[in-house]
Amino acid sequence: MKKYSAFAVAREALRDHLGWERAWRSPEPQKKYDVIIIGAGGHGLATAYYLGKNYGITNVAILEKGWLGGGNTGRNTTIIRSNYLQDPSAAIYEKARSLYENLSQDLNYNVMFSPRGVMMLAQTQHEIRGYERTAHANALQGVSTEFISPQKVKKLCPIINIDGPRYPVLGALWQPRGGTARHDAVAWGYARACSDMGMHIIQQCEVTGVNTIDGKVVGVETTKGAIACKKIGIVVAGHSGVLADMAGFRLPIESVALQALVSEPIKPCMDVVVMANTVHGYMSQSDKGEMVIGGGADGYNNYSQRGSFHHVEETVRALVETFPIISRLKMLRWWGGIVDMTGDRSPIISKTPVKNIFINCGWGTGGFKAIPGSGWAMAELIAKGEPGPLAEDFRVTRFREGQFIDESVAAGVAH
Amino acid sequence: MLIFECPYCGVLADETDLAAGGEAHLKRFGPGSSDDEFEAYLFNRENPKGVHFERWRHINGCGKWFNAARCTVTMEVFGTYPAQTLEPPTEITNNISIKRPGWKWKEFS
Repeated sequence: MKKYSAFAVAREALRDHLGWERAWRSPEPQKKYDVIIIGAGGHGLATAYYLGKNYGITNVAILEKGWLGGGNTGRNTTIIRSNYLQDPSAAIYEKARSLYENLSQDLNYNVMFSPRGVMMLAQTQHEIRGYERTAHANALQGVSTEFISPQKVKKLCPIINIDGPRYPVLGALWQPRGGTARHDAVAWGYARACSDMGMHIIQQCEVTGVNTIDGKVVGVETTKGAIACKKIGIVVAGHSGVLADMAGFRLPIESVALQALVSEPIKPCMDVVVMANTVHGYMSQSDKGEMVIGGGADGYNNYSQRGSFHHVEETVRALVETFPIISRLKMLRWWGGIVDMTGDRSPIISKTPVKNIFINCGWGTGGFKAIPGSGWAMAELIAKGEPGPLAEDFRVTRFREGQFIDESVAAGVAH
Repeated sequence: MLIFECPYCGVLADETDLAAGGEAHLKRFGPGSSDDEFEAYLFNRENPKGVHFERWRHINGCGKWFNAARCTVTMEVFGTYPAQTLEPPTEITNNISIKRPGWKWKEFS
């Protein structure tokens, strides 16, 4: 792999850019690998990357039924934060956020991490108490957040209407080190680094069956033939239930549609991320100038990557009241992704009933922010066969044990 | 937009009139059941890519719960029936068999 640098840009400028090579190879699958990762989204690629980097396991194939990063990795609203209430959540999300800080240097690929700050508005008395509690919990967890006044909210984000009659801004939970990153670049950067380590990224290769002998995995059937392996990591978000069904077990997961939209691009007017969980809407401005808006998830099972119009309407209606400036903007694009929701709204990084199959799923509406931490923890689980400190609380058996990591009612988990 | 016919009041209700209630025909387990059964009842779900039987409530209408058969990929509704039913009517399962040969969902296929 040729290193990207200012020098490389200058060199290529002088020779008509003919020297750039493909960022990753597209090989035909081998007959056998040590580890197969199913799903070449952010989490799958990060898992493969840290398997190679931290554990030296590079005889790895990453199978993708569509194209790389074409699922939820390319459909999220790119927000990165770690202001969660429960200790296991704060630990893994903060690990991810801190890895994002140096990810561009680590991968030699500009992921455009922008720690512009994330604020979660408190618009009811209940939210004020909830976020103050989260700020105290974060202080104990070593995550830097603070509860700020409406005046500070207005100072940080002048386009907010803080005394709207219906949704007044009463304060906010402010994480100055949160922000955004370029979602495609995260997938591409990990893919390039994985390919450089000799891993095989095989796109348009759908897994159609999982082969087991005596409760132990021996390989997969795919649309490109059978591939043998010693271990499998299933990292397929919304389709986790489909893969689990192939492997012969069930999951506490339901797949639903989560939608987002962007406006036409406008001049810079907002340099923070604002989330408003009472009204189920959040917004930031992309580097291109589009206002990136996300809303709530639908309530019913869905695999269609399209959501309900009325949900988007509700989100925009509420945001227009908080940000009157956006009321005349035209919508440019609108899309949906299929997210995998668990009962406690926390992810699953776990062993499964089938030996040597490991699963990483359940990130629900907030997976992008966790990509590096999730990959880090999943790689440890696959390499050692046992979860490390980041993953052990996210075992799938926590449901039967009653050891929930309850973020669903705790604090700002919307996305 | 999803539209269901409420089997009680006969109204064609769109999803803004309805509240989704998750998987239908859950077999309930309580005291005396095994841990596996109780866990499966409380948490594990079919979550199929295809035919799904589910509960809806006509919340902004007659207020009653009903069951529906729907495809989670195409959103096609195969039919609705009252919630006080232990298994889907054969009319609906036959309808599904014509449109989705080889479908499976618990023991009803």
